[in-house]
Amino acid sequence: MHELSICRAIANTASDHAGSRRVSVVRLKIGHFRQVVPETLRFCWELHTRDSALAGCVLDVQYIPAVAHCNQCDAQTELVQPIVRCGTCNSSDASLVSGEEFLIESIDVHDHHPPIGDN
Amino acid sequence: MGRFHRHPDGTIHRHGEAHTDTDEHHEHRHVGDHSGYATGTERIEVLELILDENDSVADDNRHRLAEHGVRTVNLMSSPGAGKTTLLQKTIPALANQKMGILEGDIATSLDADALSDLGAQVALVNTSAGFGGECHLDAVMVRAGLDRLDLAHLDLLVIENVGNLVCPAEFDVGQDARAMVYSVTEGEEKPLKYPVMFRSADVIVVNKIDLLPYLNFDLDLFYRNVRDINPSAELFEVSATTGEGLDQWVEWLRSVARHEPTGDPATPYGV
Repeated sequence: MHELSICRAIANTASDHAGSRRVSVVRLKIGHFRQVVPETLRFCWELHTRDSALAGCVLDVQYIPAVAHCNQCDAQTELVQPIVRCGTCNSSDASLVSGEEFLIESIDVHDHHPPIGDN
Repeated sequence: MGRFHRHPDGTIHRHGEAHTDTDEHHEHRHVGDHSGYATGTERIEVLELILDENDSVADDNRHRLAEHGVRTVNLMSSPGAGKTTLLQKTIPALANQKMGILEGDIATSLDADALSDLGAQVALVNTSAGFGGECHLDAVMVRAGLDRLDLAHLDLLVIENVGNLVCPAEFDVGQDARAMVYSVTEGEEKPLKYPVMFRSADVIVVNKIDLLPYLNFDLDLFYRNVRDINPSAELFEVSATTGEGLDQWVEWLRSVARHEPTGDPATPYGV
C-alpha cells in the first residue's frame, strides 16, 4: 500500500505547480517495472483528494512498456518479465531504455471552476 | 500555450498554438457532449519524478550522514525473514565498530527492545501514524530517526526497514548500500515475483540455511532466478540462529564502514 504515499507526493507536486488555480487533470507516466497497481492508485487518489482542493481531479496514467536495447545486436525487445535480456540474440548485455518511468508529466489548471454540463 | 480539451472517451484535443488565451477568440467547435472546460484551461508541464520530494530528503540524509562519516545500509526483507535475529548476532560481532540501528516497524518496540543492550545505539521509528501504518520507511521518517541518534559517535548505521518485499524498494532513504535478507522458507520464485526489491539489493543474505535439510527448497533454482534479476549482487549463505556463515556478512559490513564503494545507492535499475 505505498500507493497512498505516492498519491500524497503527487498531490503535493500538483498543488505546488498549480498555486491558487484549480487542477482538473494530473498526467502520470508509469513504467512497466514500477510496482504500482493503477486501479489501487486511482482508488487511493480519490480517497486522498476527495476532501481537498484537488477533489474531482482526474489521474491520467500513461503506461510505458519496458524496452531493452541489445548492446550486441542492436535489437530492441519489449520485456514482460523483469529480466533484461535481448529477445533476438538472447544476450544479457542489454540496457533498459524504458520501463522505469515514474513521472508527473503535466497538469491541467483552470482559473475558474469548469461549467457544469456543456460549454 | 495551446489549448486542450478532454473528451469523455479520454482523448485530448490540442488546439492551435495561435489561439489566444481568451475564450471570446476561441473559434474551434466540437460537436457533441463536452465535459471539458470553458475558461482559462492551461496545461503546465511538470516533468518531475513522483518521488522527487522523497529523493531530495534522502539526498539530505545521505549528506548529513556523510558529514559525520557514517556509512549506512538499508536492510530489507519480508516479515519473518530474520532481519532482527541477524542483527542480534551482527552487533556483537562488530563490537569494535560504533554501530547504530534505526529500527522501523509499523507498531511496537519489540524489535528495538530485542536489539538494545547489545552495544549499539538504537532508535525506533514507528510508522503506524496515518492510514493503518506505512509499509515502508521513507526518507522523511528516517530523517526523524536520525535526530534521535548521536551521529558523531557512529561509524555504521543499519536501517532495519519495515518487513515487506514491495514498498521499501521504491523509497530511497539516504543509504549507501541496500542489503536484503531472504530466508529459504520463502520459496525459489520470489525474485521473479518481487523483482524491484531483488534488483535493488547490493547484497542478498540467504538466511535459515540450517533448515535446508528439512525443506524442498532448490537453492540452485533460487540462485538462477536471482541472477536473472540481479546479476551482480553479492550472496551470503547464513544461519542467524546457528551463526553459520555470518563472517562474510560481517566482513561486508566492515567494508562498507571502510567507505569502499557500493555501487549506485539510489536507483534499483541504475538508469
